[in-house]
Amino acid sequence: MAVQSNLKNMALVLTLTCLFCSAILGGAYALTKDPIDKAAEAKTAKAIGAVLPEFDATSYETVSVDGKDFNYYLAKKGSETVGYAVESSTSGFGGPLSLIVGITADGVVYNTSVLSHSETPGLGAKCTTDEKFTSQWKGLNPSEKILKVKQDNGDIDAITASTITSRAYTLAVQNALSVVSVITGANPDATTGATSSKEETSNE
Amino acid sequence: MEYFLIIISAIFVNNIVLAQFLGICPFLGVSNKLSTATGMSGAVCFVITLATLVTYLINKYLLLPFNLEFLQTIAFILVIAALVQMVEIVLKKISPSLYQALGIFLPLITTNCAVLGVAINVVTKEFTFGQAAHMLNLGESLVYAFATSLGYGLAMVIFAGIREHLSMNDVPKAFKGVPVALITVGILAMAFMGFSGMVK
Amino acid sequence: MSNRLKLITSGFIKNNPTFVLLLGMCPTLATTTSAINGMSMGLATLFVLVLSNMAISALAPYVPDKVHIPVYIVVIATFVTLLQFIMQAYTPAMYETLGLFIPLIVVNCIVLGRAEAFASKNGVLDSACDGLGVGLGFTCSLTVLGLVREILGSGSVFGWNFIGGHDGMLAFVLAPGAFICLGYLMVLFNKIANKNK
Repeated sequence: MAVQSNLKNMALVLTLTCLFCSAILGGAYALTKDPIDKAAEAKTAKAIGAVLPEFDATSYETVSVDGKDFNYYLAKKGSETVGYAVESSTSGFGGPLSLIVGITADGVVYNTSVLSHSETPGLGAKCTTDEKFTSQWKGLNPSEKILKVKQDNGDIDAITASTITSRAYTLAVQNALSVVSVITGANPDATTGATSSKEETSNE
Repeated sequence: MEYFLIIISAIFVNNIVLAQFLGICPFLGVSNKLSTATGMSGAVCFVITLATLVTYLINKYLLLPFNLEFLQTIAFILVIAALVQMVEIVLKKISPSLYQALGIFLPLITTNCAVLGVAINVVTKEFTFGQAAHMLNLGESLVYAFATSLGYGLAMVIFAGIREHLSMNDVPKAFKGVPVALITVGILAMAFMGFSGMVK
Repeated sequence: MSNRLKLITSGFIKNNPTFVLLLGMCPTLATTTSAINGMSMGLATLFVLVLSNMAISALAPYVPDKVHIPVYIVVIATFVTLLQFIMQAYTPAMYETLGLFIPLIVVNCIVLGRAEAFASKNGVLDSACDGLGVGLGFTCSLTVLGLVREILGSGSVFGWNFIGGHDGMLAFVLAPGAFICLGYLMVLFNKIANKNK
């Protein structure tokens, strides 16, 4: 090596390298922050669009139910409330199971979508692909069906050999429904707070 | 109770080598003798726990408050490199024989995916451990890191034992060495899959 | 020029990081659940390999010997973080699929290994070619392993399902299958490579 390994050189080179690299990264961070935020927004818009009918604006709010905080998107078309997309998460078989549940203002589930999961491929992971399981949530009216899996004397068809995942999914939807009933005033036990508003057009 | 669940989950259910695929290179490299495997596990255990402690604190009090999360990768790996250097110096003084036995593998702990992997997981992922999904606090992180390294040690010791027996057997020439080791690990991983679902 | 070409092609067989050098095992096993995932991981590593090889080759004469490992690591970490930004912004879905293994490219033995063994002792363009060769070899190995696991485990090829929506042999998409497939592929590779010797 051409440079001597004394303490001064070592400290100098290491410090300079760190400073230079941090500066490059700071610059790159500033440059890519916008595209990254846009990609995240597009992802959220797509997720909400999958679980609610057409809307043109959403606002991100938080509500506290039974001491737990829930985040949801309030979707509006013009001045009319289209529905609520509630982020609901429970413990699945292999880790957290995160759903976004779209509930229209009348308390009926429009659709559900999985945001993230750690379930076993071919078993619990079917919660995203199994047609029979996912279609039963569309238009599900909680007053007409018992929100438990058939194994627990309910009306929900569980995924074959994945009762625990199905239970977690059902519980997440149940929590989302109780959040919406709190928001719409059916249950006055809550505190609400708006965090941000966004003008967005829905896809399709 | 939660700490117990963390320990069981980290050692058996989500074993760092057999389920999360972290730390494979040294796992395959050091596990042909039981004595080096145990020595390596001890060193890794120390580094993982200490590294998680320091990186957690740095993330919480330095990176997050000043919006410097983009420096996370650099900061974490520098901490780990420094810690390994420290362990080398200490080990040379305390146990020169172990230092010799570990040889090149000691500085290689810096590039052990398990150490950086656990450090990053603890500050980015949400865990359940019998409760709702949440980010771990410092105590839970340390228990998780320590238990993870115990799981690493367990896998290494089991594997070293098997390999010592394998080397005395008639393995087909094409499979000798790493291939048969990989197939063995695969079967071991299958065995550990039996633990899944034990901790929600 | 043919010297540089040799550098690139040696990354496929003679210096294949997965089957010969036995480096970078962690991402090899973890990200090859499908051919696309394996290929993306390989390309991501290729990006870091080429750039860090070039940077380190340029810096090496000015770095004191005793502190060269931390300096190389910081340089590699910088490129990995840059890659993280780019993937988060333009390929967010793949970024989430590869998850933890993108930042783990920093400790991928291949990157530091080539920096140490080649880039620190050779010119910038030669190092770039070496990085390109090893990176391409790595990408090929990952794609092949991912393809095997995908065909056996999910019955699809690059996402195109050919067994009509049924599941394949799931063990191959899970942990055990990764180890076992790699073991057998290694045997196959050794047989082919030794036949040409």
